[in-house]
Amino acid sequence: MSSSTPQVPGTYVFDAAESRRGRALNRLCGSLKDAGSRERFKADEAAYCEAYGLTAEQRDAVLRRDWNRMMELGGSIFYVFKLAMVDGKSMQYLGGVFTGMTTEEFAESLKAGGRNFG
Amino acid sequence: MAEVIWGLATSHVPSIGAAMDHGKTADPYWRPLFDGYGPAREWMAEHTPDVAVVVYNDHANAVDMSVTPTFAIGTAASYQVADEGWGSRPVPEVVGVPEFSDHLVESLIDSSFDLTVYQELDVDHGLTVPLSVYCPDPGDRWPCAVVPLLVNVIQYPQPTAARCLALGYALGEAIRSFPEDLKVAVFGTGGMSHQLAGARAGLINQDFDRMYLDAIEHAPEKLAALTREEYIREAGSEGIELIMWLIMRGALGPRIRRVHETYHVPASNTAAGMVLFENLSPGSS
Repeated sequence: MSSSTPQVPGTYVFDAAESRRGRALNRLCGSLKDAGSRERFKADEAAYCEAYGLTAEQRDAVLRRDWNRMMELGGSIFYVFKLAMVDGKSMQYLGGVFTGMTTEEFAESLKAGGRNFG
Repeated sequence: MAEVIWGLATSHVPSIGAAMDHGKTADPYWRPLFDGYGPAREWMAEHTPDVAVVVYNDHANAVDMSVTPTFAIGTAASYQVADEGWGSRPVPEVVGVPEFSDHLVESLIDSSFDLTVYQELDVDHGLTVPLSVYCPDPGDRWPCAVVPLLVNVIQYPQPTAARCLALGYALGEAIRSFPEDLKVAVFGTGGMSHQLAGARAGLINQDFDRMYLDAIEHAPEKLAALTREEYIREAGSEGIELIMWLIMRGALGPRIRRVHETYHVPASNTAAGMVLFENLSPGSS
């Protein structure tokens, strides 16, 4: 993150520096909107990561589906979500992962009016 | 001469489109939201525009971060509905209006808004969900042509809220200077408060949203004075989409009437809001 980018606790502020850092990861995730790419990814995930030039950390995060780590390594939620969709996971599932809740607990917190940070 | 006849601000949450596409609008989860749309939809159906200028952002579908245009506009004769990874939404192709787009490009660049120009563009849920909010059953074709106007809200630094309002003023002038009789609606989309990732995922700030729904009518300058950091802090990292409402508001001019408003929590991870304004001085600024 650039030094001038606002720092908001509990929040990823995705800036140009993060976009640069996460470029390979986000390109990979973005490619998964194409059905043929999804098949190639599922056939050999490690080789697919290699082909997209992920760093070792990004590759491990993808292979282990460590969603928090992907976000820390420059992932943009709109791209990372496309990988989640390959696994049949919803944005509410990811919300649960990001907040240490089950999907059901997270969904309930939204139905109760959302999480208020005053 | 062309006129801006109404403006619609609405959330563009993908699950709102999915609920319509899969016949779930009467489910208990969704019904309050769609009931809330009813009066606005009835009014808009009686005030059909020739063209809708839809201000929205792409979500990793047509714009892939190899290039991040701050403001961009479509000039194509048609726009395909994007396949975001689960198949394209079952809605009609979006028809463009190239000569009107070309006029807007020239007029806006003459006003010092140096937009990127898209001759080809797939449109994702950011554009098609607002069209469905306007017109839930379009049949084979949407009731109006469309000019897509894209804003970078995903990668910091986004344009300032003040710049968005100023673009709205210039857009209104650009529309009204088109020499043909054209009825134009302007859509400002995105919001309301939401944050998808990080420890604050699931953030909803109803106080901020209610303030925004009110001030967008009477005090857009107050909303334009908020910093990017304030938007992110108060409305969440994705709630900054709300700056796009200011482009719609600026295009309407000062004399407007609130036709209808609705607000509902949640639409999946998001607070969903909608407010419809009739422009009482459609031909002048």
